[in-house]
Amino acid sequence: MKSRGLMIYAVVYLLFLYAPVLLLPMFAFNDSTIIAFPLTGFTTDWFSELRNTPALHTAVKNSVFIAVISAVLATLLGICAARAATKFDFPAKRGVMGFIMLPLVLPEIIVAVSLLVVMVQVLNLPLTNWSVIAAHVLICTPFSIAILNGAFQNIDGALEEAAMDLGETRWSTFRLVTFPLVMPGIISSLLISFTISLDEFIIAFFMTGANPTMPVYIWGLLRFPSKLPAVMALGTILVVLSIALLILAEFFRRRGLRRAGLKDTGGFL
Amino acid sequence: MTKPLIQLKNVTKNYGDVQALRGIDLTINEGEFFSLLGPSGCGKTTLLRTIAGFEDVSGGTVMISDKDMANVPANKRPTNMVFQSYAIFPHLSVAENVGFGLRKSQMSKVEKNAAVDQALSMVGLDGYGSRAAHALSGGQRQRVALARALILKPKVLLLDEPLSALDKKLREQMQAELRNLQRQVGITFILVTHDQEEALIMSDRIAVMFDGEIAQLADPQTLYRRPNSRQVADFIGVMNFLPATVTSVGDTVTAHVDGLGAVSLSGDQFAKDVQTGTAHVGIRPETMSILQESDTGGANVTAAVVEDRAYYGDMTYYDVRLDGGDHIITISMKNLVDRAVLERGEKTRVAWNARALVLFND
Amino acid sequence: MCILGFQKGTRLHLSLARNSRKIWVSGLGKRSVFKINNRDQLRGMALVSPTLIYAILLLAVPLAVIFLFSFWTQDYLTLDRSFTLKNYREAFSDPLYRTLLFRSLWVAGGVTVVTVVLAFPIAYFVSFHVTPKRKSLWLFLITIPFWTSYLIRVFLWKVILGYNGVLNSGLIGLGLVDEPLTFILYNANAVVITLAHAFAPFAILPIFVSLEKIDRSLIEAAQDLGESKYQTFRRVTLPLAVPGIVASCLIVFIPTIGDYVTPRLVGGPNGLMIANMIQVQFLKLNNAPLGATLAVLAMVSVTVIALVFIFLNRKYLRSRS
Ligand SMILES: Nc1ncnc2c1ncn2[C@@H]1O[C@H](COP(=O)(O)OP(=O)(O)OP(=O)(O)O)[C@@H](O)[C@H]1O
Ligand SMILES: [Mg+2]
Repeated sequence: MKSRGLMIYAVVYLLFLYAPVLLLPMFAFNDSTIIAFPLTGFTTDWFSELRNTPALHTAVKNSVFIAVISAVLATLLGICAARAATKFDFPAKRGVMGFIMLPLVLPEIIVAVSLLVVMVQVLNLPLTNWSVIAAHVLICTPFSIAILNGAFQNIDGALEEAAMDLGETRWSTFRLVTFPLVMPGIISSLLISFTISLDEFIIAFFMTGANPTMPVYIWGLLRFPSKLPAVMALGTILVVLSIALLILAEFFRRRGLRRAGLKDTGGFL
Repeated sequence: MTKPLIQLKNVTKNYGDVQALRGIDLTINEGEFFSLLGPSGCGKTTLLRTIAGFEDVSGGTVMISDKDMANVPANKRPTNMVFQSYAIFPHLSVAENVGFGLRKSQMSKVEKNAAVDQALSMVGLDGYGSRAAHALSGGQRQRVALARALILKPKVLLLDEPLSALDKKLREQMQAELRNLQRQVGITFILVTHDQEEALIMSDRIAVMFDGEIAQLADPQTLYRRPNSRQVADFIGVMNFLPATVTSVGDTVTAHVDGLGAVSLSGDQFAKDVQTGTAHVGIRPETMSILQESDTGGANVTAAVVEDRAYYGDMTYYDVRLDGGDHIITISMKNLVDRAVLERGEKTRVAWNARALVLFND
Repeated sequence: MCILGFQKGTRLHLSLARNSRKIWVSGLGKRSVFKINNRDQLRGMALVSPTLIYAILLLAVPLAVIFLFSFWTQDYLTLDRSFTLKNYREAFSDPLYRTLLFRSLWVAGGVTVVTVVLAFPIAYFVSFHVTPKRKSLWLFLITIPFWTSYLIRVFLWKVILGYNGVLNSGLIGLGLVDEPLTFILYNANAVVITLAHAFAPFAILPIFVSLEKIDRSLIEAAQDLGESKYQTFRRVTLPLAVPGIVASCLIVFIPTIGDYVTPRLVGGPNGLMIANMIQVQFLKLNNAPLGATLAVLAMVSVTVIALVFIFLNRKYLRSRS
């Protein structure tokens, strides 16, 4: 009985969680310029409008560039830190790891303004895509570490010892045994970092120079009511892409578990 | 025949404050089946891993074939290991696992495949080569681990509790197979176990370890019959201990044992440094017998009362109180057809043999 | 003497009559690989150093610079590097900043309470009432909305909560209200609702993890000892879930302070928060030092509140045990 009540609550809560996501395609295919009910008719105009907006294309290109580079760099840094944390003891390990994971809980605006001050006021650097990348690597790395920690922990240490015992060096052991086993974790770290960077707005808003990223561009559009349906269309595309990426990431995570011969304990991140 | 292969000299290993090994001196010979036996935490695994090269020693030297191993990493040592968890690479097939160590060898591909096939058939896994590693049973994983280590023809095979993950029946089967395999390949095996039975069954020689030190190193029979301390005696099987007073020392030792009276011990029944005074005498349950009325008994017979008994089908274990003392000892008897099982409180006689006694200094 | 407790050996009859010395401890099966020694410490340090150096350069140094900046002043483009407390004085004396800071803390607190209270039953449901095979599917379902464009999500709440919004037209259509509700947009309520949505997975996951860790036999034991289901929940489940609840609270509370998108889009003039002011100082008014001061103050208050919260919790937990 109690479980029935909880079940109903869970469904209502899921509705609350999904409300915006469900509305998105409704307005994206609605032929009214006003974002409100009742829906008036079906159209795909807003999607064509997206195709004819060069500024958006530039923003998307920027964002993808930033997201790809950030994902790769964050994952590389994540591999180093996660490997160090799971395999070795070093002085002040907890402190060091805590500090590296700090951006996970730090208000993003703090990260944004402090980096802005250093880059603009202290170093006098121009704001470019690379300044956004620098910041995104910083905030994606903790996510990458969280994922990769799990991946590295799942490897039975005896496997690496066995490889060494059979004549491999440290490096070839990593290449032949460790790397293939954490590969799924690496892929899901790449995908998740990519998604975070692609969607990040608060920091990007501070760090973009002349070329806005996609969220910054969307932010600009939100002020113009006439552009809103196109934003809805764009949002729909993004939702579909994000979900596809997430499913891919989850797929690799599970495959990793299977490969490591482990049972799924559930849980993303 | 007994050519030394591995020599440890005063090997110590500390983990911070924990002294895992406290000065181990040990020589292991070529072609020997050697076991390290001891309770949990006594340092068996640590000792094995210092030989494999996974742990640096804190002091002392490890020599293999007269070469100091101090600066030789694990991957350059002529040892291979079978891990307790087997450490089968989950992303590789059975054949790839077994052939893993051949990657850098000069063999041609055909030769390598032949070697893998041969190793697989040696452990009874012919035709399993293309199987995925995670689709194996516990016993099969064990065999893959063995084949993978033996394919490199190491001088020493190290096995850390290789059978502890298997169920009892499979364990017994693998004990026999391992022993046969060792005879067949002639490689030195060093087995870590905390199962005394397993060690006794399989080994040529056994080192019993307590608390980072080797307490006794001997062949199974000596270890069982002539343990050199109460601790070892207690760890290997069951032994009764009776207080005694040593009255004279020499080629033979005489002592007065509570419940048994004056005994005379010879040769290997006591340590060289035995002194007069209080001591203990140990005697195994199966070396004594409960006499029936018709039995005449031998030279040494003592009256006793049955205090308790446990019937095990093939055996009965009696706890008896010896006359003229309050010492209860355990005696095991085979349940033969014409032998009655005694009940609690029954009076009886106990026969014992002075050759079965071992004297321990206090 | 316990003769009945002994085990019998199989082959050699070496059974242990008076000692149960066969200790089947699983031992240190999975130990850390290779060897722990100074060389490994060096390896660990070398391996972590790229990430650490990156974090020092792009996090520690900038935070220190912000702190330094808060003691300087700026007049449009010229930066005056003499040490002064002027910014702090201004931040404390001007009621605007105080209002914004307090409102931020207040809203963040509200968001935290609402989010965690709403999240707990879900975490509980997934952990205790969903079959193990389905658990990761549920978690997946819960996390998906979180990965869709943040800006658009917040904007859609504006659409949902607005005067002619989805919620109001729905309520009027159902005849539940006569006039559109106005207390749900352009004020702090809207901010709370929107952020409670945005941080849902962050709140659910830590609680879920702590619930998962609870040994189910403890709950059976409590019921076996005569507790009702409700009492079991209150005396066993809830206390054991406290670490997860604390983690959720912090993980929601801290970043909420730094959000300026939600207040801007759905907060209205009375829903703006300190982050909006920091943004204005940096990007519009070109007064980086004052912005830095506000950032420092926001960070300090968040840290203090978080620490007090953790401290009180520790004390509460200790007083119980
Ligand atoms: N990496 C380590 N760090 C710290 N202490 C350790 C480490 N490895 C082993 N020890 C300690 O060294 C001692 C010996 O451990 P070891 O693993 O060699 O015991 P063992 O005889 O193999 O026990 P078991 O039968 O349980 O496997 C133990 O007290 C253990 O706690
Ligand atoms: Mg061990």
